[in-house]
Amino acid sequence: MNAGADLPAPRRLLPLRLEDVVFEVGSRQIIRGISTTLEAGSRTIILGPNGAGKSVLLRLCHGLLKPTAGVVAWNSPELPGGPRRQAMVFQRPVMLRRSALGNVMYALRLAGVPHGQRKERALGALRTVGLEACAHHAARVLSGGEQQRLALARIWALHPEVLFLDEPTANLDPGATHEIERIIAALHAAGTKIVMVTHNLGQAHRLGDEILFMHEGRLVERAPAEHFLKHPESSEAANYLEGELPW
Amino acid sequence: MNSISEAAGQAFGLVAAADPKLVGIVVLSLRISLTAVLIGCAIGLPLGAAVAVNRFAGRRVLIVILNGLMGLPSVVVGLIVYLLLSRAGPLGSWGILFTPTAMVIAQAILITPTLAALSRQVVADSWQEYREQLRSLGETGLGAAATLLWDLRFSLVTIVLAGFGRAASEVGAVMIVGGNIDGVTRVMTTTIALETSKGDLPLALGLGFILLAIVLALNAGAYLVKETAQRRYG
Repeated sequence: MNAGADLPAPRRLLPLRLEDVVFEVGSRQIIRGISTTLEAGSRTIILGPNGAGKSVLLRLCHGLLKPTAGVVAWNSPELPGGPRRQAMVFQRPVMLRRSALGNVMYALRLAGVPHGQRKERALGALRTVGLEACAHHAARVLSGGEQQRLALARIWALHPEVLFLDEPTANLDPGATHEIERIIAALHAAGTKIVMVTHNLGQAHRLGDEILFMHEGRLVERAPAEHFLKHPESSEAANYLEGELPW
Repeated sequence: MNSISEAAGQAFGLVAAADPKLVGIVVLSLRISLTAVLIGCAIGLPLGAAVAVNRFAGRRVLIVILNGLMGLPSVVVGLIVYLLLSRAGPLGSWGILFTPTAMVIAQAILITPTLAALSRQVVADSWQEYREQLRSLGETGLGAAATLLWDLRFSLVTIVLAGFGRAASEVGAVMIVGGNIDGVTRVMTTTIALETSKGDLPLALGLGFILLAIVLALNAGAYLVKETAQRRYG
């Protein structure tokens, strides 16, 4: 019996439950037993010093890494080999040697979008991120900021339920950063759950609803963004906020 | 010294006059080597990319074997194909020994490991950069291999050329399985070997010039393609 066949639409991916998740490389523990739940809706920002395990945690959630121990469980997991319902934006996006449009259409093909619908949907996504004029330019010769916008156009076209972002503006100037933040806000407004790693406290303040603070592979604090940024409860978080520049 | 310059002069004369015998040999050589390269690419490039991108049992052994086979002596390939295709051999009923088809098979066997090993290296180097992004988008296994092959197409041109160079310049395998029959299986390299031993230096030298010119022209073309593409696509 296939109970799923009776459901009108796939059940939602979220919440994502992490239970005692450990990740080791050799004898080194990078994630040391994290248990938490990510709910739909709010924008979650992950903060923490270098080496805290933020990027590794994102990759564990996204399925790029398998935990050494513990459980990473979605409410309704993606089907193996089926289209992905979650996506990730990396610090340095990787573009294929095709046009900007070709890159978005490639992602749509992998997501199982019928051939006839891909171009229109891809162009719509490029329009949203302000890259329509570059649709036929080679993606790899676009500037860093444009490539990151193209990465977000790819996401926009896919309409994922969850989007993980690993310091997406780390290499960008303020103008490009502002543009990326605008697009992330639009993605959230369109219903995508945002989970983002950043070192930029201003960005955490602008984009975050809640903060997860990590230190040495542990989840030390979880609090609403306003509260955390003004009144961190742990000494590690207080030290971190003191050391970071506030823009 | 005198005989060399004399032979060179006569060789240029043959090339300039487009001597029909010479043209026939050049066309047959190109036909055989290009067909072998096509077959080698169809097998070697996907094989190399698949080995680069996938993890499976015996992968390391396969990589070592592919790398080792790059140094396969062409006479050994010729001998094996000869044994397979000779009347008493398992494929003797095909009746293709001493035909251009047998020469294509021998050259394809010779260059496929080279194409596979070199393309595996190129794809593996880039896979580090692409892996997370492609997996994040849901691309794995053979799909990822195909995506990388297409994305690295300009780098692979050099590899394909290396394969063509090896096929066009080898003499041992085609000599054994082709038999060097005049007008049927006589190609540039076997002609050069034969005419040199007979003392007919002009024809040998003329073919030598052409072989060099073809290889140089192809390399120059590939270099230009790569440069232009890199500027355009990054």
